[in-house]
Amino acid sequence: MKKKLLTFLVIIVFGSIFYVFYKGLEESSIYTPDIRVKKDIPVFKSKDFFSGESVESSNIFELDKMYLLNIWSSWCVPCRQEHPLLMGINSRTNINIIGMNYKDNSKNAKDFLKELGNPYKEIFIDSDGIIAIEWGAYGVPESFLIYNNKIIKKYIGPLNEELINEMKLLIK
Amino acid sequence: MKVLRFFLIFFLFLPLSSLKADEVDKRNKITKNLRCLVCQGQSIYDSDSEFANSLKILIDKKIDEGLTEVQIYEYFENKYGEWILYDPRLNKNTYILWLMPLLIFLLGGAIILKKLKKK
Repeated sequence: MKKKLLTFLVIIVFGSIFYVFYKGLEESSIYTPDIRVKKDIPVFKSKDFFSGESVESSNIFELDKMYLLNIWSSWCVPCRQEHPLLMGINSRTNINIIGMNYKDNSKNAKDFLKELGNPYKEIFIDSDGIIAIEWGAYGVPESFLIYNNKIIKKYIGPLNEELINEMKLLIK
Repeated sequence: MKVLRFFLIFFLFLPLSSLKADEVDKRNKITKNLRCLVCQGQSIYDSDSEFANSLKILIDKKIDEGLTEVQIYEYFENKYGEWILYDPRLNKNTYILWLMPLLIFLLGGAIILKKLKKK
């Protein structure tokens, strides 16, 4: 009787361990953040990139318009990669691209735009990365698709042709 | 008179400095409990990445604004999800995690009690 109970217990314990590990195998080991969409955009104050005047989020994002907020920096190599794509978006769609200059040196950032072009309708600066945190961003580059003051989609990392096609479908 | 002035200044600043120390303690505790999401296995406290540095600045700001520790955790949980907290809360995903040690402890206790009774 006792032996039976013991084997039963052992089977149960190993069974549950097996189950837990088996479940763990199925799950991806790479952590992907749950991208919380349909969230209101944060309210923030910042400075304009060119004029240095203070700007408020409510003045940048208007209702009933499509926006793409792009976090960029001149020291960020993938940003350089995605920059031509951003330039392309402007000519192909009617999204307004807003830039957030992340922890950057003003002169380097201006040189960057001079060299590669300026796809942004407006740029504000985030000198110590606090505004990016308010947006729930991880780093540069990162982009948010915004409509009616709500985040529709979040793109972590550089954009590519595929994502832009997906974006076009979302806009329609 | 000079001595009096010295003491006056000394006692004026005494509570201020201890207040600052409390804040530093609080900040360290919070940053140790938050995960640096772009690093591997580091807390915000340990990390020197851009992400962690920005978070530290923001935490200081939030403490200055008078937010409590729990409110700060809630703020970041709202932004980045529960993964950012090192101490997971008790919910349907984590109750096994929280109750398992207790269950094992009780089971062990029961086995020991049974053996003792037999003797």
